[in-house]
Amino acid sequence: MRATVWSGRNKVQVENVPDPKILNSRDAIVKISSTAICGSDLHLYDGYVPAMRKGDILGHEFMGEVVETGSDVGNLAVGDRVVVPFPIACGACNACSRELWSLCENSNPNASMAEKLWGDSTAGIFGYSHITGGYAGGQAEYARVPFADVGPIKIESDLSDEQVLFLSDVLPTGYMGAELCDIKPGDVVAVWGCGPVGQFAIASAYLLGAERVIAIDRFEYRLRMAREKAGAETIDYEQTSVREALREMTGGRGPDHCIDSVGLEAHHHQPAMYAYDRVKQATRMETERPYALREAILNCRNGGTVSIMGVYGGFVDKFPIGAVMNRALTIRTGQCHVHRYLRPLLQRIENGDIDPSFIVTHRMSLDDAPTGYETFKNKQDECVKVVLTP
Amino acid sequence: MSVGKSGSAAPADPLARGLGVFSLTLGLPQIAAPGRVNRLIGVRDDATTRMWMRIVGAREIAAGVGIFSTRRPKGWVWARVAGDTLDLALLGLALRGRSDRPNRTLAAAGAVAGAFAADVLDGVRLSRGTDGAQEQQPEQQPEAPIHLRAAITVNRDRNDLYALWRDFEGLPRFMAHLDEVRAGDDGRSHWTAHGPMGMTVSWEAETTEDVPGERIAWRSLEGAKVHTSGTVRFVPAPGDQGTEVHLEMRYELPGGAIGSMLAKLFGEEPAIQVKDDMRRFKQIAETGEVVRSDATPEGALGRRVVKQRPAKPLAEEQLAEVGAEGAS
Repeated sequence: MRATVWSGRNKVQVENVPDPKILNSRDAIVKISSTAICGSDLHLYDGYVPAMRKGDILGHEFMGEVVETGSDVGNLAVGDRVVVPFPIACGACNACSRELWSLCENSNPNASMAEKLWGDSTAGIFGYSHITGGYAGGQAEYARVPFADVGPIKIESDLSDEQVLFLSDVLPTGYMGAELCDIKPGDVVAVWGCGPVGQFAIASAYLLGAERVIAIDRFEYRLRMAREKAGAETIDYEQTSVREALREMTGGRGPDHCIDSVGLEAHHHQPAMYAYDRVKQATRMETERPYALREAILNCRNGGTVSIMGVYGGFVDKFPIGAVMNRALTIRTGQCHVHRYLRPLLQRIENGDIDPSFIVTHRMSLDDAPTGYETFKNKQDECVKVVLTP
Repeated sequence: MSVGKSGSAAPADPLARGLGVFSLTLGLPQIAAPGRVNRLIGVRDDATTRMWMRIVGAREIAAGVGIFSTRRPKGWVWARVAGDTLDLALLGLALRGRSDRPNRTLAAAGAVAGAFAADVLDGVRLSRGTDGAQEQQPEQQPEAPIHLRAAITVNRDRNDLYALWRDFEGLPRFMAHLDEVRAGDDGRSHWTAHGPMGMTVSWEAETTEDVPGERIAWRSLEGAKVHTSGTVRFVPAPGDQGTEVHLEMRYELPGGAIGSMLAKLFGEEPAIQVKDDMRRFKQIAETGEVVRSDATPEGALGRRVVKQRPAKPLAEEQLAEVGAEGAS
């Protein structure tokens, strides 16, 4: 089959690789109909995640048709149309029983690797480096889906791929970012980053009852999408002081909740600051550039919530812990427990509360994945989301 | 929890260490202040003698550093012998023409002769292999025992977990170092571990404790090639979280080829390997199988963490190689 393979820093290529086989009795093989490039794939693409190997198949947002099932998969049949959640979860361990699906205790065979970096392991994740298990990803013609009796959700209505594909990751991730804020009527939510997760965090904050949502980015086309499609007020941080604008917009209080949907490769509008952390990151003195996170913490209202949905991998410098402690901020975070949100969010889509397809800006053939990565990474051609079809 | 490997590279032999210190303390002033050393040993101080003094000093430092950089300094000690010979020749030359105070030069030659004797003695000892460094090699003497502990919480009733473990023949499903266990009906069992390059080692064990739902203990029989013992305990976890499984195992490494094979089997980090064993036990108990990914098609495996396959599907023949074919 053809698959998008990481072949070194800033290099992917579409290669012929062996077709996936059933390895465990609870596996299914899915013939992929649509797959997307995620912002977190860009962190793998440009080599900021250390546990990548040349030859790894990328991709953790995918859907398609079941073409084979292992002997213990009773709930799926060949021909079923399914969306596959990005964390792999067994459904039986303590974490899964507590609905902490992205912390499944059984699905990462490289748990000891994760334990060294993070103190303990997370669930396995498709196409997301060896530290989360070394699973082949879904930017391919076929994928092997472990614990297929637990994860994939059947799509039985005639919704289009683009309407349901994002159930695999970015829609529930944005939703969880907002849900972790425990939004109450009258709350103001600020969202850093207007990529796909940011857009869905904005939309979800409104669904969960936020009074106002303020979105922060520097690309006008993304801010426009946040205004027009998700309904946010916007701040361009290259034009305006974020701090002053937020204080002004909230009567001096600051936003009640701040959602970081940027993560470890943040950009800084002051070239010197940006260069400083880029150098430290390049020389491995720190693994992240945490501007968005620092800014979210420093601007959050006293006693408010900072919800981290952007991806971080290792260690940051100058983390404003004094602000967190003295101003009684709550930090909530985690890889999304996608399984928890699949059914309720599918319901929301079917009800017409949200149509996630608005983020799609680029549709390409799987063979054009290398162009897709470059376009997305460099934010060319007003790119927000690339969907690939094998 | 370690395999009793010494972390230090310094020689174990005290005489070799002494000679190394001697080389360094002599070499430094020879390089830094050759004129003073010349005067001390009564050699005329000029450009030529200073140059030679520096050369001799550099050689001393090389020998000293060399001795300290290895646990087996035999070669460096013999290098000192060669150096002593050179020194004696140089001092002889000096006595014939460049000595201002022949008595001092003679005394220096006497000191070098003494060092020469010590060097030859140590060189011979090291070459015969009767020094400490040689004796500590696993081929000669048992290493410290491997003592392993690991605990994991499994979301299952302890009676189920006890039954899963009590089926000794199933242990190799999750214990990476075991190849086969055959259970007899007399409480005894025959264990085989599969080592690098096709080596195997077997031993007989007996069950010493067997409390259903609570604990199992075993140990190798008197006279077995491998001295090992282990206990696994099943304790209810607090709340509604199943069972804590506590494992303790001990392997006395017997020395010789079997000992070094077992040490290799457990690798650099035996604690990680046994934790992975426990993870596989949990996978089997909770999900029914050992979980496989494309990078680790044989399931969690300590060694595979270091040497991953790429995360892409394996070809049919590779699957057969790792024993992962035909799971459907």
